[in-house]
Amino acid sequence: MTISLNHPLIKKSQSLIALFLLCLLFSLLSDKFMTSANLWNVLRQISVNVCISVGMTLVVLMAGIDLSVGSVLGFTAAVCAGLLKNGLAFESLDLFVGFSVLGAILVSILIGLALGLFNGWVITKFSIPPFVATLAMLTIARGLTMLYTEGIPISNLGAEFEFIGSGWILGIPAPVWISILMVLIVLFLTKKTTFGRYIYAIGGNERAAFLSGININKIKLAVYGIAGMMAAVGGVLVTSRLNSAQPNAGISYELDSIAAVVIGGTSLSGGIGTVAGTVIGAVIIGVLNNGLVLLDVSPFWQQVVKGFVILLAVIIDKMNQKK
Amino acid sequence: MLQAINISKEFPGVKALNQVNFTFYPGRVNAILGENGAGKSTLLKILTGVYTEYDGEIKLNGETVSFSNIKEAQNAGIAIIHQELNLIPELSVTQNLFLGREILTPLGILDATKMEIEAKRIFEKIQLNVSPKTLVQQLKVGEQQLVEIAKALLCNANVILMDEPTSALSDKEIDNLHRIIFELKKEGKTIVYISHKMDELFKIAENYTVLRDGNSIDEGEMKDTTENDLIRKMVGRDVLIDKKCTQSQFENTILKVGNLNLIHPNDKKRKLLHDISFELKKGEILGIFGLMGAGRTELLETLFGMHPANSTYSLEINQKNVLHKKPKEAIENGLAFVTEDRKTEGLVLGMDISSNISLTNLPVSGFLEPSKEKNASKNYIEKLRIKTPSEMQLCQNLSGGNQQKVVLAKWLATNPQILMMDEPTRGIDINAKSEIYNLIKELAADHMSILLVSSEIPEILALSDRILVMAEGKIKACYLAAEANEDKLLKSALPD
Repeated sequence: MTISLNHPLIKKSQSLIALFLLCLLFSLLSDKFMTSANLWNVLRQISVNVCISVGMTLVVLMAGIDLSVGSVLGFTAAVCAGLLKNGLAFESLDLFVGFSVLGAILVSILIGLALGLFNGWVITKFSIPPFVATLAMLTIARGLTMLYTEGIPISNLGAEFEFIGSGWILGIPAPVWISILMVLIVLFLTKKTTFGRYIYAIGGNERAAFLSGININKIKLAVYGIAGMMAAVGGVLVTSRLNSAQPNAGISYELDSIAAVVIGGTSLSGGIGTVAGTVIGAVIIGVLNNGLVLLDVSPFWQQVVKGFVILLAVIIDKMNQKK
Repeated sequence: MLQAINISKEFPGVKALNQVNFTFYPGRVNAILGENGAGKSTLLKILTGVYTEYDGEIKLNGETVSFSNIKEAQNAGIAIIHQELNLIPELSVTQNLFLGREILTPLGILDATKMEIEAKRIFEKIQLNVSPKTLVQQLKVGEQQLVEIAKALLCNANVILMDEPTSALSDKEIDNLHRIIFELKKEGKTIVYISHKMDELFKIAENYTVLRDGNSIDEGEMKDTTENDLIRKMVGRDVLIDKKCTQSQFENTILKVGNLNLIHPNDKKRKLLHDISFELKKGEILGIFGLMGAGRTELLETLFGMHPANSTYSLEINQKNVLHKKPKEAIENGLAFVTEDRKTEGLVLGMDISSNISLTNLPVSGFLEPSKEKNASKNYIEKLRIKTPSEMQLCQNLSGGNQQKVVLAKWLATNPQILMMDEPTRGIDINAKSEIYNLIKELAADHMSILLVSSEIPEILALSDRILVMAEGKIKACYLAAEANEDKLLKSALPD
């Protein structure tokens, strides 16, 4: 039996095959790659990008883009750390509110939601292209981060909080559990709900979707809101891992997440793509980063290689579409 | 002379063309007939260098040719005028005309003057009275088509392929096009003409080729054949279009429109619709006839809540006053709208049939019900005879007629009281057409009320119980089916 490269099953699992080959290559070149310590390390490193990227997948499926996720991550992380460490003090009322770990996390996720909703509001209310609206938010949220932290990291957040980023549950790193949960939530949304179906329809043909009676603006608001929340979850993971919120946390994270989405086969023009693809895309980027470090490749060369991998993924995708 | 010898073309799972043979003669109009999906578009794409992989041979004036891209076909003198026009609206007619073959000064700078003079010369030849500086977006559809023909003439095409050139034209524009085709014929150009309009083909074509399911069925001269004969060859069996309306008693008013006005979105002084008032009865088919630009589409759009900011009207559905600010509200009040353009407004082409049909009626709970969706779409596939291997087929892989049926299914699935249809059979083949006619009549017999907009007089006459005629945004006349005829409709539809 011969297997043609055009076989639908092979096409479908193309990125998975690429990932396998990549792992094979690194395990041949470095004896440190295929160790359990290293593999857990890779998964823990990518868990932040996975959270951001599944949110980004929804945005891109809808033919949108969210450039603000890195800054939203930075701001929500700073607020989370600030609340944990200093609480909220209202001097005029002589009132002080302290925050538990859960409370601080919830507030930071709500702030992520609010910033995402603001993106969606600008995009739908004023018909501003998502690229521009979220570019503005990229600057705004970063500025807010600097104002809030005054440019100084907020550190020493307590062991309980640190556990989220560094702990292990049932032999698996806690952040990996959290990213799996986020993937499952978004997977459920896309596969099992009308909300998910409407996202695909809007990305495929917004006008036809509107004429079918779909409330486009509501869906868009929700999607950008979710993208903001996912960025905030990523922020919690980063902060607890370092036990410190850095003012410049999340800078250029939007690029890694868009790369994961694109490598995973989601079309930037919307309507086509899967959450599973994005997860594989994020893993490919993580493995690539890790493998190149193990091989002692200079960080500058790593960027060059990553860029070419993104190009290659999109070119292969394009060629498949033509056939 | 353009000849094809044993042309075959296969797509995954489909044989689009199977050993097709034909000869197109210079100085004649050569008609290609066939239902949608018969292989006409594939054939055109091979002749113009879009598809480069195929079996068989193409001979131009006795020499075997093969084009590896569109430019090569153009250089060999083959030009195509597409059904959907390929002009850039934001550029001027001259810029469009010379796109890709601009005239440059010796310094390599665009020579605007020279190009405009040349454009003027060609426009005069085809009697297109527009300034070379006019933007394409300011032209009517008929004029845009003439620009496409000018483009073909500019590259000295000897073979001009026309894919349903008259589907969007008014009668006057059609006459003008036919006159130009006649001139081109006299100059010895080979015209290849695809159209679903039989009377038109008998008027202008000399030769015909019939395709069916990718096979060439017959070739010959138009003077030796009849309309029924050609239809039989295209469809493979006799098609009877029953011209008589099912008579039923219309008593209950379901829709009452009063003083509907619509102003132009960019020019508040211009009115697109003036004081439109009419009633629609339960189970009635109300035809709305008019020429392009009469405001028929805008009327349906306004009723469907697509122009909330620019329209004023009173609207009663089942004696209840309503106002539609968006399509969602119109749908909730029992309206459905089969739009004119199924590709840009009707379907999400990249989604499967099942998802498209259920898009208007997904469960309010927010959770998908896959088995229900599957059964409903299978039901419609059977009922409307949608030709497809399964309900999971992507809509982009369906032929025009089948796509239109999916649009219909999607709206029928909302259980509408009032079905509005805008050119429901535009660009689809005769067989699917008659199926849709029968369906419309069945729906009306089942007490659904139907607003039918069409530019085809035979279609309006065959289906409507009553006919409104519109011109320049106003209702000009109203006829009962029994008292209407082609002359009356046309006369009323002409602008003052």
